[in-house]
Amino acid sequence: MTTLTLQNVSRWYGNVVAVNDITMSLGPGVTGLLGPNGAGKTTVLHMMAGFLAPSRGAVTLDDAPAWRNPAIYKQLGLVAEKEAVHGFLTAREFVNASAKMHKLSDPKAATEWALQMVEMTDAADRRIETYSKGMRQRTRVAAALVHNPQVLLLDEPFNGMDPRQRMHMMALLHELGDRGHTILFSSHILEEVEQVSGTVQVMVAGRLAASGDYRRIRRLMTNRPHVFAVKSSDDRKLAVALIAEKSVNGVEIAGEGLTVRAGDYGSFTRALPRIALGEGIRLRKVIPSDESLESVFSYLLEA
Amino acid sequence: MSTVAWITARGLFGRRRVLLLLPLPILLIVLAVICDAAGVDAREWGAPVIVGLGLAVLLPVVALIVGTGVLGSEVDDGTIVHILTKPLPRRDIILAKLGVAVVASAVTAAVPLFVAGVLADSVRFGLALAVAAALGAVAYSALFLLLSLLTRRPVLLGLVYILVWEGLLGRFVSGTRVLSIEQYVITVGDRLSPATDILDPKVGLPVALVMAAIFAVGGTLFAVNRLRSFSMAGETS
Repeated sequence: MTTLTLQNVSRWYGNVVAVNDITMSLGPGVTGLLGPNGAGKTTVLHMMAGFLAPSRGAVTLDDAPAWRNPAIYKQLGLVAEKEAVHGFLTAREFVNASAKMHKLSDPKAATEWALQMVEMTDAADRRIETYSKGMRQRTRVAAALVHNPQVLLLDEPFNGMDPRQRMHMMALLHELGDRGHTILFSSHILEEVEQVSGTVQVMVAGRLAASGDYRRIRRLMTNRPHVFAVKSSDDRKLAVALIAEKSVNGVEIAGEGLTVRAGDYGSFTRALPRIALGEGIRLRKVIPSDESLESVFSYLLEA
Repeated sequence: MSTVAWITARGLFGRRRVLLLLPLPILLIVLAVICDAAGVDAREWGAPVIVGLGLAVLLPVVALIVGTGVLGSEVDDGTIVHILTKPLPRRDIILAKLGVAVVASAVTAAVPLFVAGVLADSVRFGLALAVAAALGAVAYSALFLLLSLLTRRPVLLGLVYILVWEGLLGRFVSGTRVLSIEQYVITVGDRLSPATDILDPKVGLPVALVMAAIFAVGGTLFAVNRLRSFSMAGETS
């Protein structure tokens, strides 16, 4: 098992602090590195990939430093944000060249495997400069995957992809994560992270604002009301009963069903079925309506 | 051929930039042929064509185009990352790129110089020029490869070296000649064909050889070290 660790890592450019005292440890599975533009995500990824020295702290891959240590690339693959490919090569030549530079025992087989993983086999003999943005991106992922690295870092991998390619890329990342690879991808688009991974590292202004399962992060922020959409067999009767419950801050009767604002996630989710049972009301739908990453994110920004 | 060298060569000859290498050698050969055919004395046209155009312009400019093309253009467009994310010793990457640059610029410069040398004097003089040009190609390539890693504008800095340092200061300030690759090439060419009095060496042979070696080896070692610390700036777009 390979662990990528950042220990009190800071990086500054002159007087500007790009990354401020970040400590995190990444193991197998898919993790999203989330944050607005300029939060320092790319700087963190570059430090993880050995393309930037931390000003302070240590970035290690299984205790080996990432900086000035090309040996880490045996276990690490990087798909940088900048869409740079040798356009004069075909995808097959490009991926095969990567395989050869990794000194793999069977570069041809590895190339075919990687091209299959990203569904690029059909177009693999065309020059890369003739590809669409999504195809180039997948070619780059294939080149980064060809040596089957334990750790794969992707900087904004979904940029420029159409929805179908996006779905496919997400499925691919999931599959790799399920197989025990450590996958970290950055994004400033919340839905991407939400769909791909439950685990997020949220960066805001160079700091690690939150990390862990994003639903859990949301629950921890109890100072904000949690909003639930509730539908039941008798909405008005349920509203009356709910308002007496301590963990409920407000109830609104919407067009269809209720919008309930709860102060404490845990108490409310325990109280709701008890109250419904006591009143003889059948619950039809209970959905935490602001659990999207978007709201988690805006709370963190306000904090 | 290593994969790095293969990609480098494909990148160098696959771009339109390679066409920039053609005009100067063609011009040199055409001028030499015209002068020779018109019956002009080689002592009159030899120095301005072979030294003034061939050694002072053709060789360094070709080496600059190629030397910055093998690495600088990849650094510029970011494709270098694909090569750097491999568990390859950085020394191997630099040596592969340097090898491609040296061969490409040595061939491009040595062939027209050989032709001009034969027309001006003898086959021996032609060979002397070709060998000296190849040696110069090694020193220039190492220098320009290093410049690609030291600055974002290697071509500009390289031109300053060729035009200002070698071309202008080298003519008026004698001390600068010790750091002029052009002068080493002239000295070596003259020593290999001493009977020809077209070349006018300004530095001694030991100085020329030692300094050329320092440029080649020092530039390469420095470039390897720079590549180990290759950084990508965090673009906050």
